[in-house]
Amino acid sequence: MTDVVGLLQAAAQAAADTAGGYGHFPGIGARGAVWIAAEVHLMFAAFVLGVPMFAVICELIGIVGKDEKYDKLSKEFTRLLVFAYSATALWGGLLLFFLTTLYPRFWTHMATIFSRSMWVYAGLFFIESFTLYLYYYGWDRWKVGRAKWGHWGLGLLLNVWGTIVMFIANSWLTYMMSPPSGVTAETLPAEVGLWNAIANATWMPINIHRLIGNAVFGGAICGAYAAFRFLAAKTPEERAHYDWMGYVGNFIAISTFIVLPFAGYWLGREIYEYNQQMGITMMGGFMSWLWIVQAVLIGVLFLAANYYLWTGMGRIPGAERFAPYTKWMLLVLVICWIVWATPHTIIATREELAAMGGSHHPFLNVLGVMSAKNTAVNLMILTTFLSFLIYRRANRRPTVAWARTATIIQTAMFAIAAGVVLFYGVYGYFVEAIVRIGFSVYQVLAVLACIIGVSIIDVFLVRGAESRGEIRWGMMPARSQYALFILAVTFTWLMGLMGFARSGIRQHWHVYEVMRDTSADAATPALGEAANMISLCVLIFLGLVAFIFWLGGLAERAGHKAPVALAVPPQPAAGD
Amino acid sequence: MSRVGAWVRHPFWQAVLLLILAYLLFKFGIALLPPLLGMHSAPVPTSVVVQYMLIALVGVLIHVSSDETRWRRFKEPIHDTMVDADKRWVRLAVLILVPLLIGWVTYDQTRPKVEAPITLRSIHPAPPSQITFRGKTIQLTGLENPLRHRGSLTEHIETGKRIYYQNCLACHGDRLDGQGHFAHGFSPTPLSFADQGTIAQLTESFVFWRVAKGGPGLPREGAPWSSAMPVWEDYLTEDEIWAVIIYLYEQSGWKPRTWEESTGGGEH
Repeated sequence: MTDVVGLLQAAAQAAADTAGGYGHFPGIGARGAVWIAAEVHLMFAAFVLGVPMFAVICELIGIVGKDEKYDKLSKEFTRLLVFAYSATALWGGLLLFFLTTLYPRFWTHMATIFSRSMWVYAGLFFIESFTLYLYYYGWDRWKVGRAKWGHWGLGLLLNVWGTIVMFIANSWLTYMMSPPSGVTAETLPAEVGLWNAIANATWMPINIHRLIGNAVFGGAICGAYAAFRFLAAKTPEERAHYDWMGYVGNFIAISTFIVLPFAGYWLGREIYEYNQQMGITMMGGFMSWLWIVQAVLIGVLFLAANYYLWTGMGRIPGAERFAPYTKWMLLVLVICWIVWATPHTIIATREELAAMGGSHHPFLNVLGVMSAKNTAVNLMILTTFLSFLIYRRANRRPTVAWARTATIIQTAMFAIAAGVVLFYGVYGYFVEAIVRIGFSVYQVLAVLACIIGVSIIDVFLVRGAESRGEIRWGMMPARSQYALFILAVTFTWLMGLMGFARSGIRQHWHVYEVMRDTSADAATPALGEAANMISLCVLIFLGLVAFIFWLGGLAERAGHKAPVALAVPPQPAAGD
Repeated sequence: MSRVGAWVRHPFWQAVLLLILAYLLFKFGIALLPPLLGMHSAPVPTSVVVQYMLIALVGVLIHVSSDETRWRRFKEPIHDTMVDADKRWVRLAVLILVPLLIGWVTYDQTRPKVEAPITLRSIHPAPPSQITFRGKTIQLTGLENPLRHRGSLTEHIETGKRIYYQNCLACHGDRLDGQGHFAHGFSPTPLSFADQGTIAQLTESFVFWRVAKGGPGLPREGAPWSSAMPVWEDYLTEDEIWAVIIYLYEQSGWKPRTWEESTGGGEH
């Protein structure tokens, strides 16, 4: 009887809270509408923030190295930005309209706290747009001398505005996740200090994670654009140009991607520290299956990136001497992928569960915990770095007297890093959990030290190296280009899936433990439903991106007859 | 013999052979490993075998297609089967058998079955930051086992042991391995505390919450939990639950997870 009265009271309360609090959207509901608008807006925003990073780095390489092809590459990407900015603004506007009409009570709460930052946001968006127009349309006017450096400064400013805009938007969503201590359900929004709300526990970890993530995303989308143009190319010059562009996109995407897990780890740790319940829901509870999906998809990324490099070695004279090693590197990657994707709690039939004595397999259980997974991902990073290294070395013959010693030291660095990763991976099983968590830091440091040390040695080692022959840009099999598409699609999908994990751990709260979601959509969607929604968003985004690619080609055909023919440089490899 | 040698060296048959070996390893080989270490073993569940085989398939396809010559040779038997006039019977067989196989697998996946459907389960429910134990509010975040700083540890272990044997043994078993007398009557089966993935990963406050609130106290997210664990706060005192937790860790040999220094600082 008490329960029934309680339920009735809760229902009455919910009805009172809901009155005027929520709007209705036909077909997919209010949450579905906001979900799609927010997700697609975010994907475009990541694109327009990631590509300028890419463009400004390429332009700088072009200026410093006096290599015009980098300058052309940078401009080609910036042209894509002009279209993408409009799409970002349109989806952002749509999101704003949906929020104000479908979630007015929530929107009032947020606007009361963040109004001043929202005005700054809008103002900066204007400034950013005009900087972009100046940057793009002034390209040919400010082409040489000091004016060129001024032009590059515009590109830098574009990145600065974009980063500030992203930081502001991040403060809103991180406030929803981790409102500062002292803000409770009883606190009036007007009483919440703006800076207090902005500088919440997860704000900076998200800022850094997204900053790196955007660079990865920008590189991957540019790689996909290059693949699209490569497959559609009519002349060997076009093929050579877009082959090279695809390589640069893949290089940027994967080299920045390598540090992304560390930023993600920091974010996860902050979430756990902010609220244990949230942390466990994310890592061990309801959302834990998303991490298996993530492991599978990141395995796809690693394999695709390596595959692209290995097939690319077919067009590099001298690369054949490394061919026998690739199968062993593939074996390491596959084993690590298997380990990483092994679930801790296994999906099993009743009979299988009975045979295992629970949801954990007696042996596979060992692979399901973080010690094994950290070890696997670190070895995958090391292997991918090794692929880059042999790709870079493929057509070079070092001429320095200490070449052999340097190679031995580099080999030792790899061996030591792998040894440290394996040692702490295994040792992690023999210590208590709190000690084990710290081991991942040693593993990461060993891998980073190896990457930095080996790279520094390599820069000096190949300086003045003899060429074994020029890279035959354009002589790339068509199937390799699908690896670039896979990278772009997988990155986009991952962004949506992991964004759902981050957002979903708020569960039935608009603002965690401050403002409750009392709408009919308050339940956290099941993983299948979430995956369908995210896949739909990915399709919408990639469909629009394909349209932008097509527009890019259209504009080019209207303006010029053909893209810049690639003057193939003797040593255009990674790190140059 | 030379013909067999040529087959073994051919990329297509190498790929087939590799996939067969991978299947045998995943399906049967893994189950042979635990006994070598003196551990209990079990067959690898089908869902894991399928997942591993997909990864192996991707690996094999990457291997055969990452080199132009190897890729061309790999495609030869497929091309010949689909095109050559003298292979029309093989072609016909493939074109009939493959759709039939796919059809059978689809039918088998979707046909009504007697056994309960397989569901995703999450094993670690997220604990609340505080609970009410017999009317008393207990803050779980940062909470340590009070008995570790009070009285004699030996006595607490003895108390915990008595309570365990009186209340927990029937399900969680004599060896704490979840193989008690009643264990096979439950689905999911009771947790094994000997498993490194259970109490070894948890703080004592988490275990206290689980023991005190049992199945009915599990959070709504991630439901249905299907847990038969009773609500032990109705039968045991706070100290009795803490004592049994000490016994669990002492007997299993695991150390409880400890709190980080700054944990809870950011919570509101």
